[in-house]
Amino acid sequence: MQSNNEEIIQIKDLTKIYQDGLPALCNINLSIKKGEIFALLGPNGAGKSTLINIICGIVRPSAGEVYIGTSEIRKDYRMARSAIGLVPQELVTDMFERVIDTVNFSRGLFGKPQDPARTQKVLQDLSLWDKKDAKIITLSGGMKRRVMMAKALIHDPKILFLDEPTAGVDVNLRRDMWDMVRELQKTGVTIILTTHYIEEAQEMADRIGIINQGKLILVEEKNELMKKLGKKKLVLNLRTPLTKDISDLPLESSPDQLQLTYTYVMGNEEGISHIMRHLDERGIDYKDIRTEESSLEDIFVGIVGTKL
Amino acid sequence: MNLLGVKAIYNFEMKRFFRTLFQSIASPVISTSLYFIVFGSAIASRMGEIDGVSYGAFIVPGLVMLSILTESVSNGSFGIYMPRFSGTIYEILSAPISSFEIVLGYVGAAATKSVAIGSIILITARVFVEYRIEHPIWMLIFLFLTSITFSLMGFIIGLWADGFEKLQVVPLLIITPLTFLGGSFYSIEMLPPLWQKVTLFNPVLYLVSGFRWSFYGISDVNIFTSLIMTLVFLFLGLVIVALIFKTGYKIRQ
Repeated sequence: MQSNNEEIIQIKDLTKIYQDGLPALCNINLSIKKGEIFALLGPNGAGKSTLINIICGIVRPSAGEVYIGTSEIRKDYRMARSAIGLVPQELVTDMFERVIDTVNFSRGLFGKPQDPARTQKVLQDLSLWDKKDAKIITLSGGMKRRVMMAKALIHDPKILFLDEPTAGVDVNLRRDMWDMVRELQKTGVTIILTTHYIEEAQEMADRIGIINQGKLILVEEKNELMKKLGKKKLVLNLRTPLTKDISDLPLESSPDQLQLTYTYVMGNEEGISHIMRHLDERGIDYKDIRTEESSLEDIFVGIVGTKL
Repeated sequence: MNLLGVKAIYNFEMKRFFRTLFQSIASPVISTSLYFIVFGSAIASRMGEIDGVSYGAFIVPGLVMLSILTESVSNGSFGIYMPRFSGTIYEILSAPISSFEIVLGYVGAAATKSVAIGSIILITARVFVEYRIEHPIWMLIFLFLTSITFSLMGFIIGLWADGFEKLQVVPLLIITPLTFLGGSFYSIEMLPPLWQKVTLFNPVLYLVSGFRWSFYGISDVNIFTSLIMTLVFLFLGLVIVALIFKTGYKIRQ
């Protein structure tokens, strides 16, 4: 992790109630550290996009403040927005524009003079350079998403928001996207992504915020979160059905007495050697041994009480 | 001031004009020619002169106005409606660009197109009739002010509309009738007294009248009344746009 604990985004008591009375966000307080990948995880309609859209200036907050560095997003919107690149959830593009034109348009819009070398670099990094003269309408969905990333990156933002970057993207492209995001992080860009794929958050994020019904339920380092809430299981498959008494050991046996399971909290593994020694001493022989980690999904179910 | 941002929007909009250059030029040329054939040739011979100006020449300013009003409204509305419709407006809204600069880019481009089309019509008209421009500076002032004002109106319509049909409704049901009834093709002196009074409530009358005065020195209403009314419309448009952005109506929730 590259974080140096410097806060690049501070969200203070942020609340959003839409005009139709729908409360989308309730009193969100959150700090994002410079250089980290932060995943906002939550079911559809939890308020993830609303939060991103407020920070980026597309939706107005009802109350509260957001600082990008020292710039408040409304009072000092030029400075704040200059630091931000946004890739929205929907694939929205000017279909009849050429790739290179739409990317250069974005740079101009953000008040930066044209820089052909920079444009070339961004397009090359996203494997779009050979498509630079193609009209966007002729590109595949995965390429369109990369065009949108190029548009978001062309003005050299310090912060990149990816709203559901891999929604509707196949497995290979998803891997590509993750690699691209990691590469970006190496260049010092802070990345905030929303997702409702737990796997994605688990794979990518340094920290995870869980949001549900407009409330930020929990923010935690991913590894801490896994440690705190992640249960691990040690599963032993026995050669012969169990006959000896092992009630003094913290093991559960399967009905056919062929499998023993030890459940423990991640990061607290010292119990394993104790168990193994005792099994050896009692002559209990096993043919296979494996461990299972609980996924973020299990963790989420534990916190929110519903499946994603 | 994010001038590069304004330029980006302006160029983007102008590019659409050049991409469809043939339609952009052909349609005003064809429609102007049709008007001249129908009104100029077929009807003018029976109309005689109006205040010493041949009917064919008389309708030139009116024709230019008619095109400018419809083109301004349609370009102004289409320019901002398309990104709202396609969703690409997210980028404009998240860019470090003020509302005023956004308006400047879109309305500036729409007004530029209108002025270009107005000029094309003037050139086309020359093929059919001899006309003179007595006050070219005033002519340009009216041309520009009207183009800007109605591009601004179009911009407002583009923000308000939530469907393509609404984009069509205002030009079709309001702008075109007002232009036809605002003295584009006749002097309001030709109307019965009651209708002359009614026409004074038609804002387009002031635009057409002022514009025609810059050509031939004849007008239905005083030139300064025309100018003031044009400026009032421009001001109204600016106030409405400012209110829209202030309240975030239909742009920022």
